Amino acid sequence: MRRERDRPWIMRTYAGHSTAQASNALYRSNLSRGQTGLSVAFDLPTQTGYDGDDPLARGEVGKVGVPVAHLGDMRALFEGIPLDKMNTSMTINATAAWLLSLYVALAEERGVDPRVLRGTTQNDIIKEYLSRGTYAFPPAASMRLTTDLITYTVAQVPKWNPINVCSYHLQEAGATPAQELAYALVTAIGVLDAVKATGRVKDEDFATVVGRISFFVNAGIRFVEEMCKLRAFVELWDRITRERYGVTDPKLRRFRYGVQVNSLGLTEQQPENNIIRIVLEMLAVTLSKDARARAVQLPAWNEALGLPRPWDQQWSLRAQQILAFESDLLEHEDLFNGSPVVEARTRELIEEAWAEVEDVLEHGGAIEAVESGYIKQKLVESNAARIARIEAGEQIVVGVNKYEKGAPCPLTENLDDAILTVDPAVAEAQKKALDAWRSARDEGAVREALDRLREVARTSDSLMDASIAAAHAGVTTGEWAGALRDVFGEYRAPTGVAGATLHSPSSGAAAETVAELRERVAALAERMGRRPKLLVGKPGLDGHSNGAEQIAIKARDVGFDVVYEGIRVTPEHIVASALEEGAHLVGLSILSGSHLELVPSVVEQMRAAGLGDVPIIVGGIIPDADAAKLRSLGVARVYTPKDFALNAIMSDLVSLVSDTHAA
Amino acid sequence: MPPEGARDGAPSGGAPGSAAPAGGVDALADAVLQGDKRAVARALNLVEDRRPSARDDVAALLERLAASDTDGGHRVGMTGPPGVGKSSLCAALGRTLREAGRSVGVVAIDPSSVRSGGSLLGDRARMSFDPGDEGFFVRSLATGGQAGGLSYAANSAARVLGAAFDVVLIETTGVGQSETDVMHLADTVALVIQPGSGDALQFLKAGIMEIPDVLIVNKADQVALARRAVSDLRGALRAAKSAGLVDAGAAWEVPIVPTSAETGRGLDSLAHQLALHHAYLLAAPGGVRARRLRGDVEWTLSLFAHTYGAHGVSTLGGRANLRLEVRQSLEAGETALRLVDTLGQRYLDALRTA
Repeated sequence: MRRERDRPWIMRTYAGHSTAQASNALYRSNLSRGQTGLSVAFDLPTQTGYDGDDPLARGEVGKVGVPVAHLGDMRALFEGIPLDKMNTSMTINATAAWLLSLYVALAEERGVDPRVLRGTTQNDIIKEYLSRGTYAFPPAASMRLTTDLITYTVAQVPKWNPINVCSYHLQEAGATPAQELAYALVTAIGVLDAVKATGRVKDEDFATVVGRISFFVNAGIRFVEEMCKLRAFVELWDRITRERYGVTDPKLRRFRYGVQVNSLGLTEQQPENNIIRIVLEMLAVTLSKDARARAVQLPAWNEALGLPRPWDQQWSLRAQQILAFESDLLEHEDLFNGSPVVEARTRELIEEAWAEVEDVLEHGGAIEAVESGYIKQKLVESNAARIARIEAGEQIVVGVNKYEKGAPCPLTENLDDAILTVDPAVAEAQKKALDAWRSARDEGAVREALDRLREVARTSDSLMDASIAAAHAGVTTGEWAGALRDVFGEYRAPTGVAGATLHSPSSGAAAETVAELRERVAALAERMGRRPKLLVGKPGLDGHSNGAEQIAIKARDVGFDVVYEGIRVTPEHIVASALEEGAHLVGLSILSGSHLELVPSVVEQMRAAGLGDVPIIVGGIIPDADAAKLRSLGVARVYTPKDFALNAIMSDLVSLVSDTHAA
Repeated sequence: MPPEGARDGAPSGGAPGSAAPAGGVDALADAVLQGDKRAVARALNLVEDRRPSARDDVAALLERLAASDTDGGHRVGMTGPPGVGKSSLCAALGRTLREAGRSVGVVAIDPSSVRSGGSLLGDRARMSFDPGDEGFFVRSLATGGQAGGLSYAANSAARVLGAAFDVVLIETTGVGQSETDVMHLADTVALVIQPGSGDALQFLKAGIMEIPDVLIVNKADQVALARRAVSDLRGALRAAKSAGLVDAGAAWEVPIVPTSAETGRGLDSLAHQLALHHAYLLAAPGGVRARRLRGDVEWTLSLFAHTYGAHGVSTLGGRANLRLEVRQSLEAGETALRLVDTLGQRYLDALRTA
């Protein structure tokens, strides 16, 4: 018997690269292929509040997303796309208030009433300090921008989702399911409490604010447990909204969420297997009718190799369409209500997560737990445990630590064509475009708008009106963020590595390897007169620090002295640190694809500083051809996601230092 | 690997990370005194070198630096319990001093892992600095496995930095014996606490903690809490005074400075108080060298005891006699490292003739 089908979720592809014009063309073609919403990926300078011609933006313009520097870029990005009909999701956080201001300004310019705009700004700053790294201001100032955006949209853009509380990145940073639940929920509580504290929302309207909070969730390969996690989310959010915020309308207590399934688990080895992982992970967030995602975006099968091409993204979209339209999934009521297995696992997750929620709240809440480094440290530890399980073969990853041998994959026969590369001319073009934009605008109006921004920033009033006015005046992203940095100051987040403990196995082959490595390091230390010192640097704006963190704590665990400076440092900074610290070895981690710009710059400057014989190693998502290029420049080793055996990497590092300092 | 000849850019040779100064110790010392960052880095690599073969060079370097006519930079020890925000405060203070035109060297100390001997030196992550700035320099040190190891490296490092920069900030881990050792080398000891740290108060009152020269209440963004902490500290200082724990005749009144590394509050005032204490030392009889001599005596004793043990100390006449002798030798211009070697030789000779 055929029942009436449920409405399918919104299908999106996270997309954007090179320029506003190129991304606009991509969006229009995706929409023509049946995509039902837009998900805008911004480049790192836009995400962190710099213009494309800023020195820190070197190598990053147009790489992981589209640069949007001013209203002109926003116009080009949405050329021919009706704002009143579109549902637009923007992955933007530190500068969310600014990008929404540009979007609203564009709507106003086109005569579209902002009240009809629909979409989402990610606007979850807390996880930026924990995982993703694209923060721009200190936590308190960032939280204030977050609440400014929320109170603005609730009143002026009522269909907008002002914040997507992200558990996604917590999982990418290593969170267990219970940790993912707990830290996302304390983040949501922190945000709602902060909104309440502004005093801008009347008590009787507060339930509406609660109802506008949505989540952005991850789903990993353990898809049954992941499905239970989503069911746990539904129940816990219902509890929190009811008990803590007294929301009586069940509709406003609903756990609304979008999904991007797990990228962390995608492998570089046998990458074709990833499409199967992606489909299984999609099941976790779609199978339960009572805990189903409102919007789904899937990664592409080749993400561990480089930037996906339009075809790769289309393949993932097709997976969604087949599940939603071909299969019978949407014809059924919830499949698992009353299942003792699912309910028991859900219950366990709820209890474990709730204990952690209470713990964090007792210790001052989410912001305090971020500033003290508590949550970060927990995540670094969980991630280290995960990597150790894979290395020890306890956690099977097909094609990586089991069933490694197989027929060659025809999809990657020509590997360097199997990914997208961004034309380096893009950065130059963006610089020229910025010059042209600045010379065509009314400087007086710009100055006035920026003064007004600074003035409001010093009060506790909302910054939204001043930001929208600045957007109309032609202010750029870098100028907007620069004005706020003047008032708020800059911030460097805790790295979480110093206090993290690594639970090394105490017996077995892995333990012997660690013991052997420690002995080699100790012998080397004796021979050199001091302990080998490793400097770990993350040049550029990319904030994905998992790899750098894991190398840092592992190296400490085998006996290195490790200097880790956190994210977002320039090549100049790294070279100065290598000199001042007397480093024996420099490790660079880059995941944004800008390695060909940043690494040579470090290599050259090391030589100029007289540090030419300090070996440099590089880790990141680096295609083979690029790796060869880097080696020919003098880079000693290049590691990519397929090098998951940390002990082997450590052994390499010891040998490198040992060879450089031959007895 | 880098091509052959990549090293040619290094001005006076010496592989980075290796000790032996190619241009000779004297040339290296002279370059350090000029404030040349590369030379400072090489000198620090040298003083960290624990091989017996490096000891002569280290002693020669420190001797040459000590022989310069200046007193070198103002050495400020920043101590206090873990978690009070010492790194961020050091970074902020460093910036404030730079803005006032003072050059700054920082020795940042972090604990080593007992199991692996390795360490994560994270203080640098809190510092944002201009990499082109010739007047700002940070070296991170690990406490190292053995007792005495840290005081050797940190003490020597502070001397090197002091020869090159106007102010040296020595930031400690806040726990353990190394703490006391490190404080011996500071001209000014600043104790950092945060509002609500009752332990520090109790330690001060009971005389378990030495009375610092400057007291800092960090994280003073919460004004009410900070005010409370300041008045508690005043009380503790009074109690310590009436208990005879503070030299009643001392002209230096310990200032209490509330600061916030995040907002920058109180940093100018902190820099001012540190400078006042430095001026106070310089004006005292014997100048800053008188205070350093006291610290050097303790350092020498501690190094000797670490190397030759309690038996060494008793063979040479016991701690009190040895202290007296060390003081006299140091006053006569001997340097600590050379003196330890001389004393050690005497101990070994005594063993042989016994």
